[in-house]
Amino acid sequence: MAKTLFEKIWESHVVLDEGNGRSLLYVDRHLVHEVTSPQAFDGLRMNHRRVRRPDLTFATMDHNVPTDNRSLPIVDQTSGMQIRALERNCSEFGVRLFGMDSPDQGIVHVIGPELGITIPGSTIVCGDSHTSTHGAFGALAFGIGTSDVEHVLATQCIWMDKPETFEIRVEGRRRNPHAVTAKDIMLSIIRRIGTGGGTGTTFEYRGDAISELSMEQRMTICNMSIEGGARAGLVAPDEKTFDYLRGRRYLPEKFDDMVEYWRENLKTDGNAAFDRCFTIHVDDIAPQVSWGTNPAMTVDVTGRVPFPSEYAGGFPGEEKAAEKALQYMGLKPGTPITEIHVDRVFIGSCTNSRLEDLVEAAKVVRGRKVSQGVRAMVVPGSQHVKRQAEDLGLDRVFKDAGFEWRESGCSMCLGMNPDILASGERCASTSNRNFEGRQGTGGRTHLVSPVMAAAAAIAGHFVDVREMGLT
Amino acid sequence: MEPFSKIRSVATPLDKVNVDTDQIVPKQFLKLVQKTGFGQYLFYDWRYGTDGAPRKDFVLNDPAFRGSKILLAGNNFGCGSSREHAVWALLDFGFRAVISTSFADIFYNNCFKNGILPVRVDEKTLRMLFENRSEVEIDLEAQTVTSGEISAHFEIESHWKKVLLEGLDDIAATLRHGEEISRYENLHKDCDPRAS
Repeated sequence: MAKTLFEKIWESHVVLDEGNGRSLLYVDRHLVHEVTSPQAFDGLRMNHRRVRRPDLTFATMDHNVPTDNRSLPIVDQTSGMQIRALERNCSEFGVRLFGMDSPDQGIVHVIGPELGITIPGSTIVCGDSHTSTHGAFGALAFGIGTSDVEHVLATQCIWMDKPETFEIRVEGRRRNPHAVTAKDIMLSIIRRIGTGGGTGTTFEYRGDAISELSMEQRMTICNMSIEGGARAGLVAPDEKTFDYLRGRRYLPEKFDDMVEYWRENLKTDGNAAFDRCFTIHVDDIAPQVSWGTNPAMTVDVTGRVPFPSEYAGGFPGEEKAAEKALQYMGLKPGTPITEIHVDRVFIGSCTNSRLEDLVEAAKVVRGRKVSQGVRAMVVPGSQHVKRQAEDLGLDRVFKDAGFEWRESGCSMCLGMNPDILASGERCASTSNRNFEGRQGTGGRTHLVSPVMAAAAAIAGHFVDVREMGLT
Repeated sequence: MEPFSKIRSVATPLDKVNVDTDQIVPKQFLKLVQKTGFGQYLFYDWRYGTDGAPRKDFVLNDPAFRGSKILLAGNNFGCGSSREHAVWALLDFGFRAVISTSFADIFYNNCFKNGILPVRVDEKTLRMLFENRSEVEIDLEAQTVTSGEISAHFEIESHWKKVLLEGLDDIAATLRHGEEISRYENLHKDCDPRAS
């Protein structure tokens, strides 16, 4: 029978099938960070349980870590407590940890692929909703809550209700792929399907416009699957996937043999059917800017802040939400997006903090200066990304323009560390969520691509980067 | 985990759609290393003004709903972050059930792991519950929500129903399948990462 990629991965990981759609799945890789794991390790301790497969478990600290000088003690005592708890838990349970001072430290979804922990055809879980990122490699990867973190630590398995399959077909060719990025493709998808559009499903991204993307760009797409409601999003692996991974540290011994198998098998069969489908053409999409308090509240940079009724399309609940969002964001309907001024710029997060993101943003910044009154920062996703960028001299480009160049971590994506917005501050951010208070209580987030964020830093307001002649 | 059978209480109406877990418990409160004590942070930024005083216009501060065990909310409740802290906060505050038209997947799972029942009803029933201010009864065994003239059946996955009714420890249950897990592991060793 013809099968989708999702079905193949699912079936190859079933340990037990209850027959009612629910299965016990084996977990090939478990990623752990400091915020969602302490209660899970505590649960193990209380019940005298061990970690079943420490060799398949990888931990790092990213949410809480300060991104300024690492040699200084952590000022926030509760953050320090969580970080120390993870160190203690990893040492007690024998889990490999890429700690604060490790040359491999970074955002968990950046270091997984970078270290070859992420592999095609595998199942990957982490107590973090952006685990969907790893789907870019053709891995079934999804976020779980802390109770499931404990369950996976103890059993290396997880109970799952089988989701439906949802094909996201991305067709066409962007006119200028340096100005219209993977982030813009994904925001365009989310604004059309809504933040709950993919609830109960797994996305598979297909089509020419996906094949042409680099691995890092595919990660940006898959990363935000959860923003469209899907726990996981997949891209079938191809030569780019295998080339990206080859030589990385934690790949299986028989990687080359596995590539042969993956090449043949890890794809959706020609006549396989999806439960749902959505198609988008990227030829004419513009750079995207979010205006509201969820990622579906997004418009083209050439557009205006919408009127709530216009946004809601007849749904009273959505209209009310849009009114509240405009109030929170301090925006008037009808305002051109390019007239919105920003106070802060954040280039970073598990969505957009990889080398390519920084290379592209640097093209915008080179030889220019950050607008007066704007505070801008670049936070590389990992220590590896940081070193690679520095080898290319990107740190100088950003610093010369007036950007701060920081240590790796989640930073201002979620304001659990000292990098936060003050109330009322407006930020062009390459992160994934513009929820109220996400970047700091009262902070106003506009989601954009790295080049759009960089351009906003220079101009002091949003600009259409297609006019910058980027190549 | 406390078993769940039947509850009856006033329902707290939170008439908003797409309520994300960042609102249910804001990020500054995710740093605790226990599961308890999160109730005081539930909906913190909506519940308290910048001066720390309770906001009179927020429903959780309305004395009429004090002691409520049921939260009523708009569609796509619990979207965003996977933080189970959101569920711990609801539970610690006193909620045992949330009624909406739909829930985000991770949040939905997290509820059952902590003895909270997420109840999915149709839009019409939800609207009626919002408008009707009498007590609401949820009967898990019968899979019904009733309140005044309203009576609705709800669907729930059979295993989740059992988990809630019995207050099961699912790790202990899974560990009983140790043999099957080991068998799977022996067949799939090639996938293991290099040990370096």
